[in-house]
Amino acid sequence: MPDQTPLTPPEPESSNPGRARRAAAPRRNLLKDFFRPNRGQFSIGIALLLTALLVVTTIRSQNAQPEFSNVRQADLIQLLDNVTAETRRLEDQVGELEQARTELVSGADRDQAAREEAQRRLVQAEILAGTVPAVGPGVRIEILDPEGRVTAELLLDAIEELRDAGAEVIELNDSVRLVMRSHFLMDEQGNVTADGTVLNAPYIIDAIGDPATLEAGARFRGGLVSEVEGDRVEGSVTITQLTQVDISTVVTPPTNQFARPR
Amino acid sequence: MFAILGLVLGVILGLVLQPTLPPVLAPYLPIAIVAAFDAILGATRAYLEGTFSDRVFLVSFSSNVVIAGLIVFVGDQIGVGSQLSTGVVVVLGIRIFTNAAAIRRALLHA
Repeated sequence: MPDQTPLTPPEPESSNPGRARRAAAPRRNLLKDFFRPNRGQFSIGIALLLTALLVVTTIRSQNAQPEFSNVRQADLIQLLDNVTAETRRLEDQVGELEQARTELVSGADRDQAAREEAQRRLVQAEILAGTVPAVGPGVRIEILDPEGRVTAELLLDAIEELRDAGAEVIELNDSVRLVMRSHFLMDEQGNVTADGTVLNAPYIIDAIGDPATLEAGARFRGGLVSEVEGDRVEGSVTITQLTQVDISTVVTPPTNQFARPR
Repeated sequence: MFAILGLVLGVILGLVLQPTLPPVLAPYLPIAIVAAFDAILGATRAYLEGTFSDRVFLVSFSSNVVIAGLIVFVGDQIGVGSQLSTGVVVVLGIRIFTNAAAIRRALLHA
């Protein structure tokens, strides 16, 4: 192996042959020296051993230690300043976002509240207009009229008195839902008609409201009971307080011809 | 060949023995390693140019490492630690590149 000539690119023929020889000589010595133990190699070996030891140990210790244990104080302070500034900026951003969220949530709440309010008004309007069935506590008033002397005016007074007493929905004979434009008439045969429907005795008035107040509203002196059971009509009235009065008759509201919202 | 043996042995010893360093030396080790690289490359260049002397090499190796560590240590004490360490690394890097270029020229004529 010491006699092997190493593979080198052919050296250009320089003007100084001595230099070429000198350049060629170390080339051959190189390979020989590489495999011959001598003091130079030994010292380089020691140095490389130490260096390799240092490198491996440093790499291991860098991996084992937390990230910033080798950084200098000035660098650490600068890092801390950067991180603090970033934290402050992010906190500001968080505050802005939270405020936006609160506004959006409350806006949605307001939206919801408006919607619920509109729904409530719709329900009220429907009950008043008589377009939906209604249910609630109330009274059932039964008027027996053996003499047939109950008039439309009497019924109208009775209804008005019930309304005064807080009746919210009133139905007659399970067939006529009383609304704002309801009217009582006497037809040619002398029957009482309400909204065009003939009513026959016994007259049954279903009213939704506070039962005790409604009964009191019917029984007061000069009211429905005294009128019907008095000398002029000589009928009889039965009032029943109910915890649930079902009123299922509905009307179709006609469209206004003249009135418009202002 | 001994050199390569030494390198391999060093790596193996480092992996197997897992020596723990005194933590006070920890910040100076990277600088010491760069200085060691510089010394080794300088020695290789000197060898290829025929001017190698192992005594010179050993002295330069240890003095490079110690002086680099000292410079950085003193810099830390007086407050310009990071700047001085940057400077030392720059200078050592320049010397490493110069030596490597000389080695390359000697080995490859290129």
